[in-house]
Order: sequence, then structure tokens, then C-alpha cells
Amino acid sequence: MTCEEAEVLLQALIDGELDAGHAREVENHIAGCPRCAALAKDYRAMSRVIADKGASYTAPPELRRRIEAALPQPRAAPNRRAVLRGFALGSAVSAMAATGLVAIILRNDDKTRIQSELVSAHLRSLQAGHLTDVLSTDQHTVKPWFNGKLDVAPPVIDLTAKGFTLIGGRLDYVDARAIGAVVYRRRQHVINLFVAQTSDIERHAARTSARQGFNIRHWSNHGLNFWAVSDLGADELAEFGDKFEAAMKSAAS
Amino acid sequence: MPGRRIETGRAKIFAAQTGHEAMKASEEDPEKARRFREAALPYLDDAYTLARYLLRDANDAEDAVQECFLRAYKHFDSYRGPAMKPWLFTILRNVCRAEYARRADIKTGAIEDVADSAEATPLWHEAQETPEAQMLREKDSAAIRRLIASLAEPFRETFVLREIQNLSYREIADVAAVPVGTVMSRLARARAMLRSAWLAEQEQAK
Repeated sequence: MTCEEAEVLLQALIDGELDAGHAREVENHIAGCPRCAALAKDYRAMSRVIADKGASYTAPPELRRRIEAALPQPRAAPNRRAVLRGFALGSAVSAMAATGLVAIILRNDDKTRIQSELVSAHLRSLQAGHLTDVLSTDQHTVKPWFNGKLDVAPPVIDLTAKGFTLIGGRLDYVDARAIGAVVYRRRQHVINLFVAQTSDIERHAARTSARQGFNIRHWSNHGLNFWAVSDLGADELAEFGDKFEAAMKSAAS
Repeated sequence: MPGRRIETGRAKIFAAQTGHEAMKASEEDPEKARRFREAALPYLDDAYTLARYLLRDANDAEDAVQECFLRAYKHFDSYRGPAMKPWLFTILRNVCRAEYARRADIKTGAIEDVADSAEATPLWHEAQETPEAQMLREKDSAAIRRLIASLAEPFRETFVLREIQNLSYREIADVAAVPVGTVMSRLARARAMLRSAWLAEQEQAK
């Protein structure tokens, strides 16, 4: 075997693409040829360094968002409703009964679908005249407005002093059920805070995810699920969530 | 905002090739979209990596990958294999070649011409000039990326598909639409050139 032949076959040897017979031939050549042996050693070293140090790139989150936004969004499938009891707005009594049950964890695609519906609800709310059903900056006007419309009383907290102006409340529909939305504004950005009952009374720390260019911050506490949806940056939405949770805590104590 | 960069001139060129705005309206099939997400989106980073090495420009790579995924979605109904990754790469490579063609219109001296003459150069001479006694030393990932990016097409493509994307020779041959023998000789050239550049750089650093 000549060096020229060996050098091409050497690639296949390194990459594990050579059959046993040819592999032996190349190895025999390398054993008697310092030059090809040096190449084999260096090529293997290069592969190892590339694998160790990494030479790949990570796609920017913005690219992922652009691709996601261009694909049709998943829609509600009616037969899934049964697994969504954890999300459902049951009566207060059934929620009490359910507290002893194991929390129903939403499957991933259901989560995705709900997030998608929340973003859709947020988008609908931004259209003229859809933002609020009750327009008031006074929490004592907004809170009673929800009475009788929902099985839960969404906490309505005035955060104006903290930089988030309460502008009203709205009844919305997510997962084919009525859900309360408390609407806040920071500068020109609208925040929809969706509130729904859950059978899980454990506190779950907030997590922010992005969908179609909007940020969604989700947390749960006191048997309520909260989703804050806005085009605000993740940091400012986190600030909103933290201030809301802090205010809710101090209101309870 | 989603789709904001689609307003840029470059993205318009990519988008014009499939007219995917029309696709969005006509193919609203949530089940298909769900299957496509599960099958294709895990390879987003891989596709972006390949596009970065093929186009050597971050913005162009983003646009090419977006176009690739939209084309892939459009043809997803007829997808029966091969494995998802090489299938996406084949589409991506076509998108990137369209971008080469566009660049060639702008600049004089097409990239492909350079590549062909480089491929004709015998492999033997170059490798022989490099010092043999020298140890190949480690490099950080930025230096490795730069060295790989400096390889001429089509050696860069073959090398990235093999060393970074871990495709088999058969898969590389299918993606690049060349015989397996060509894959092997390109890979031999790519490794020889990379080794020379690698050693030359550590020689300079002394």
C-alpha cells in the first residue's frame, strides 16, 4: 500500500468506517511508516480536541422564536380536557375535596397548548375595546366585579406605587373555560395576569418561558395558578411577578 | 417581535424562494405542526452550526436556518426518511447554495471556482511539508472554530458534517450529492489542511 492510498483509507480507519480486512492493511502500513503514523496520531488528536472543546454553535433564542411563530400553533383537542382537572376552575368545594389528591401534572404538550392559548388571549385583549370588561384603577372596584362570574376570586392588587398600574379586569376563555384576567400596564406595555384555580395548593416558584415573542411567567400558590403574559422583557415581568407575590403575601398576613 | 427580521432585505431573498407566507394560511394543521416540532426542532442547534460554517456569517446563517425549517415543514408530508438530521441538512445545503449564488452575483470570483481549483491540488505535497516531530497542542474552542472556518469549500462542509455533526460517510455523500469516495478524499484533504494550519499556528505562537 502506498502512502497516498493509506492516507485516504486512514480517514475511514479513524472514523470507524473501514471493514476489518482493510483496517488491518492500513494499520500494517502505519506500523512501518513514521509519516503516516504521525498523521494518524495528529488526526486522532484533532478529533479529540474538537470533541472536548466543542466547535458547534447554539441557535439564538430569537431564531427559535421566529421559527416557532411561523409554524401553525397547536390547538385545543376536546378529548384532552379530562387530564386538565388540575387547571380546571372547579367549585371551591370540589377544590377542598381535591386537596388530598395527588396533584395532576400537565403533560408537556398540554402545557404548550395552554401557553399558546394564553398568548392568543393576550393578543385578543390588545385589540381595540377588548382589553377590559371593567375599567378601573381601583382594586375595590375590580375585585367585586369578578364576584359571581367565576368560581374563584382572583386577587386584585394595586401595584401602582410599585410601577405597575392596575387598569381593570376581564373575563377570558382558556382551555374552553372561563378564566379571570387582571390587567396591568407598565409604560405602553400591557400585562395580562390570568388567574385560575388548581387542586394543587403547594407553592410552585415562578418560571418564565417565551412564546411567539411574548414572555409568560407562571407560578402557583394558595391553590391558584397565575400566568402573567406580556411583551415586557423577562426581567421586568419577573419584577412584576415578585412584587405581586410580595404584595399578596403581605395582604394575607 | 417575531418575524421582525423578515423585513430585512436579505431575509426577503430567502423568503421569496418558497413564499412561505402563503403556506402559513393554507397548511394550518396543528397535528402536522406538532409532529414536525417534535421531529425537527431538536436539530435546530445542529442546523445553525452547519449554516454558520457554510456561510461564515451569523445573520445569513439565521436566515438560512429559518428558511430551511419552513421548507422542511412544507415538505414534511412527503418525508419518509432518511434520518431527520441529514434530511434537514440536505435542505439547508440547498438554501445555502442559493445564498452562494447570490453572493457570486455581487462579488467577482465565485466561491465555487476557488473550491474546484483547491480540490485539484494534490494532497500529497502539502502534508509532506509539515514538521513531523512536532506535537499537536490543544486549542480553545474559538481557535478551533476559526481554523475550521478557514478551510476552503467543499472540504469545510465535509469536515463539519463528519467531525462536528457525526454523520456517516454514506449520509455525508447523500447530503453533498457526491460518491463516498469523494467524501473520503475531501476528508483527507480537509484533515491535512487543518493539521498544517494547526501546526503553523502553534509554530507562530512560539
